Amino acid sequence: MDLVTPELLAKYEPVIGLEVHVQLATRTKIFCSCPTSFGAPPNTNVCPVCLGLPGALPVLSREAVELGVRAALALNCHVRAMSRFARKNYFYPDLPKGYQISQYDEPLAENGWVEIAGDGRHKRIGITRVHMEDDAGKSIHDGFRDSDRYSYVDLNRCGTPLIEIVSEPDLRSADEAYAYLTELKQTLQFAEVSTCDMEKGHLRCDANVSVRLRGAEKFGTKAEVKNVNSFRFVKQALEYEIARQVALLAGGGKVDQETRLFNPNTGETVGMRSKEHAHDYRYFPEPDLAPLRISESWLAAIRASMPELPAQKRARFIEGYGLRDYDAQVLTSTREVSEFYETVARVSGDPRTAANWVSTELMGLLNAEGKPVTESPVSAERLGELVGLIKSGAISNKLAKEIFPKMFSTGEAASVIIEREGLKQISDAGALEQIVDGVLAANPKQVEQYRGGKSTVLGFLVGQVMKASRGQANPQKVNELLKAKLG
Amino acid sequence: MDIASLTIDRIHEGLRRRAFSAAELAQAALAFAERENPRTNAYLHFAPERALAAAQRVDRQLAAGEPPGKLAGVPIAVKDVIVTQGLRTTCGSRLLANYVPPYDATAVERLEAAGGVMIGKANCDEFAMGSSNENSAFGPVRNPVAPDRVPGGSSGGSAAVVAQGTAVVSLGSDTGGSIRQPASFCGVVGVTPTYGRVSRYGLVAFASSLDHIGPFGRNVKDAATLLEVIAGRDERDATSAFAPVPDYTASLGESVRGMKIGLPKEYFTGLASETGDLMHAAVAQLEKLGCQVREISLPATGYAIACYYIICTAEASSNLARYDGVRYTYRSPGAQTLLDMYRQTRGEGFGAECKRRIMLGTYVLSAGYYDAYYLKAQKVRTLIARDFQNAFGEVDAIVAPVSPSPAFKIGEKIDDPLEMYLSDIYTITGDLAGIPCMSVPCGRTAEGLPVGMQILCNHFQEETMFKLAAAYESARGF
Ligand SMILES: [Zn+2]
Repeated sequence: MDLVTPELLAKYEPVIGLEVHVQLATRTKIFCSCPTSFGAPPNTNVCPVCLGLPGALPVLSREAVELGVRAALALNCHVRAMSRFARKNYFYPDLPKGYQISQYDEPLAENGWVEIAGDGRHKRIGITRVHMEDDAGKSIHDGFRDSDRYSYVDLNRCGTPLIEIVSEPDLRSADEAYAYLTELKQTLQFAEVSTCDMEKGHLRCDANVSVRLRGAEKFGTKAEVKNVNSFRFVKQALEYEIARQVALLAGGGKVDQETRLFNPNTGETVGMRSKEHAHDYRYFPEPDLAPLRISESWLAAIRASMPELPAQKRARFIEGYGLRDYDAQVLTSTREVSEFYETVARVSGDPRTAANWVSTELMGLLNAEGKPVTESPVSAERLGELVGLIKSGAISNKLAKEIFPKMFSTGEAASVIIEREGLKQISDAGALEQIVDGVLAANPKQVEQYRGGKSTVLGFLVGQVMKASRGQANPQKVNELLKAKLG
Repeated sequence: MDIASLTIDRIHEGLRRRAFSAAELAQAALAFAERENPRTNAYLHFAPERALAAAQRVDRQLAAGEPPGKLAGVPIAVKDVIVTQGLRTTCGSRLLANYVPPYDATAVERLEAAGGVMIGKANCDEFAMGSSNENSAFGPVRNPVAPDRVPGGSSGGSAAVVAQGTAVVSLGSDTGGSIRQPASFCGVVGVTPTYGRVSRYGLVAFASSLDHIGPFGRNVKDAATLLEVIAGRDERDATSAFAPVPDYTASLGESVRGMKIGLPKEYFTGLASETGDLMHAAVAQLEKLGCQVREISLPATGYAIACYYIICTAEASSNLARYDGVRYTYRSPGAQTLLDMYRQTRGEGFGAECKRRIMLGTYVLSAGYYDAYYLKAQKVRTLIARDFQNAFGEVDAIVAPVSPSPAFKIGEKIDDPLEMYLSDIYTITGDLAGIPCMSVPCGRTAEGLPVGMQILCNHFQEETMFKLAAAYESARGF
C-alpha cells in the first residue's frame, strides 16, 4: 500500500471492533470429562461426547461456567441470570457433530468495558458480549504422504471450552487495537481465566474494520479479517487493511463487505471467495442443555473470589506507592511481576526504590537470560532485603548494584555476600577520620584551593575518600567530616 | 416352553422353581426369534453371545442365592436407534449399516444390570422417522397380526417382536407417537414416559426435545416393570429428571373408582367408525369401573401437526448433520472434493423421508424464516402444554384414541407423506407437552386388527396412568 500517503491516511478514521476467542483454563472439556492437555497424540483425548458419536449428549462443566463468569466480571460485564446455549450449524470435517454448541441471542454476559491507555489519556472500549462455546478439532491439510488427496482430522481440541469476547466498534487505530488486546490478555491472565498462550492458540482474534472520512457520522462498509493469531500480526493486518480501504475509497472505489484472510508471510489480507463464507448458521436453542441459570449467590461467590485486576493494581501502585504511570504499567505486566514487586516493596519498606530495582535491575538480568520472574534466582524477599539495606544506609546504591549480579548468579543473600567480601559501609567516625586524614595529607593543593574559596573541590576529595575506602565509606558522613576538617 | 405366552412374573416363577435356567430361556428365545423373523423382519440382528453371557450371569446369581434383578432372565429386544457397545446399531439407515458403537446407552446398561437379557436389535424407520416402519433401509416390518399390514412406526420392530412373542418386553423410542401407534397397531402395551424420566444418553437423536425411550410389553405390569428399571436421573443426560422413581407395580390392581377422566372432544372427530366404536366401548368400560368421565377441550390441538413437523424437522436437520461420511458412516466412494463427499454420501445414504425432513428443517431454521416458523411453533408448543395443564386441573387422566384408524396395508400411504403425517394427530400432542402417555389394547376390528386406547396423565404421574391402564386391562379380561 505504498500509494497511500500519510496525509491521505490522516483524512480517514478507522473503525475497528475485535472478536477474540479465548480458551478457558479448565482441566476438562466443556461438555465431557476429557482432558484439555496440549500435545497428546492425535485423537486420544476423546470420548463419545466430544467425538459427536450418535446418542452421546453434552453436560455443561461447572468449572467452565465459573471461568466464563470470572472473565465476564473482569471485563465489567453484566452477567445474565439466565443464558442459553444454541447450535451453530455448519459442515466441516473437524466439526464432528455438524454444529458448534455456542450462545446466540442470550449470551452469558453483556455490556462491559476495558480501559486502555493511549495518547496520555484513558479510553474505555465497550464489550458487547461474552459468550461460551466449544472448540472444533483440527484439520491437517499437509505433512502426510497422501496430503495431495486427503486431509486428516485431529479431534483432541474438539470440545475445549472457549469464550468469545466481542468488542464494540470503539477502536480507532491499529495501536488502540494492540493496546486493547494487551489489556484484555493481562486482565484474563490476572483473573486466572486463561493462560492466553498464543502459541497454543489460546487466544485467537478476528477483526472488523472499516474507514470513514474524519468527521463523518456513518460507519463505512466493514471487512472481517480472520486468522490473525499474534498481537503483532493484528497490528500489521489492521494497518494493511486500513490502508487498503483508504486507497480504495480515495480512488473512487468502494469496500466490499467480505471476509478476508490475513497472510502472515506477506503481511497482506486476501479476500475469500464469497461462497466460502456465505454461511447461514441456522442458530436455534440447544435442546440437549437446559438454560444456564446463575444464581445471585453463585455470582456473589465468584465475585468474592476475584483477585485484584491490573487496572485496579496500577491505580493502587500510583496512588499508594507514588509510582510513575510507566513503572506501574511495567510492574503490572503480569500477576507474578506485580506480586514479586509488592513483596520487594513490603520487605524493603521503600516502594519507589523497590520499583526501580524490580523494573530495571531485576528485569534487565531476567530478560537477558529469557527467564520469567517466577524463575528469578533472587527471591522477592532477598531483593527486598537488599533494597532495605540501601534505605537504612548500610550500603550505598552503587555498592548494591555491585552486589546484585552476584546474588543473581549465586542465589545468595545480600548479607552473605557483604559479610564474605567485607563490603559493609563504613559509617564509624573513627575509621572514617583515619581515611579522611590520609586523603587530606595526600592532596595539599586541593585543600588549599578549597580554603581559598573554590568549594567545588569538595567533590574531588569525597571521591578520593570513597576510592580509598573501596566504596564502602558512607558518602554523607564523609561529606560532613571533610567540611568539619576543612572549615 | 411356550415363550410367546411368557410374562416377567412367569419367568421369575420358572427360574425360582428351576423349571428352566436363564441360559436355557435365552437360547430358546433366540432360536424362536430367529425362526420367526423371516415372517416379520422385526429383528435387524441378534446378540446371541451377549444374551447368553447375561443369562449366565443371572444363573450364577441365582445359584449363589443372590436376589435376582427385576428383569432377571427376561428376553428383551432393543430398538436399533439405541446404541449397544460392540453390537451394530444401524438406526435403520444405510449410513450406519456397519456402525458398531463403543458404548452402551444408559437404558441398556440399566436393563442388563437388572438381569435383562438383550437378544437382539429391533427394526425401525430410518432414524425413527416414520409411522409405518416402511422407511427402514433394511426392509419393512410386517405386522405379526396381519402380515400384509404395517406394524406402525417408527418402533415397528419393537412392537412386532412383543406381539409375536419372541421378546417378552422391548425398548422403543417415541418422538411423535412412535411407541404408542405401533403398540396400538400390534395389540400390545406401549409407554411414552414423561420427558426426562428416562435418560436419552445413547438414544440416537432424531428431535432431541421430543425424543423419549419407552417400554413395550404384552401387559401393563411388564411394561411398568421395564420402565421402573430404566427410569431415573442420569448425570450423562442434562435433561434427565431428578424426581425419584416410584414402584410402578405397587399400585397396580388398586381401584380406580372416582378417578376423573377427560375425553378431549377434538380427539373424537374423524375417527374410522370401528375405531370410534371400540373407543366408546372402552369409555363405557371405564365408567363401569367407577371412573367419572366427562368431555374436555384441548383447543390448540388443531395446530399440533404443523407445530410438531416444524420443531421435529428443525432439530432433525441439525441432529443428522453428523452423518457426513467423515468418520464412522458410509462414505460415497466417488467423491473428489469435500463438498461432493458430503453431497454424495448424504444423497446416497439417507432415505427419502430423512431427506424430506432435513430439507424441511433446514428451511424453517433459515435466516428470514426462523421467526415465522420455528419461533412460532415454539409458542404453539407452549399453548399445547398449557391446554394439558388446564385439563389436569380438572381431571386425573385423559383418554383418547391413539390413531384415527387401525394398521394400514404396506405401501398404502408411502407415496402420500402428508396423509402419513396427519395420522400422527392424536399422539404428537403428548410429546409436545412432555407428559406421560401410553397405548393399551382396547379390542379388535371385525378384520381382527388391534386398536389401542391412549391414556395421558400429568408430568411424572406414570403411577396414575398405570393404575388406570391395569384396571381397564383386567376388566377387559387379559
Ligand atoms: Zn470427551
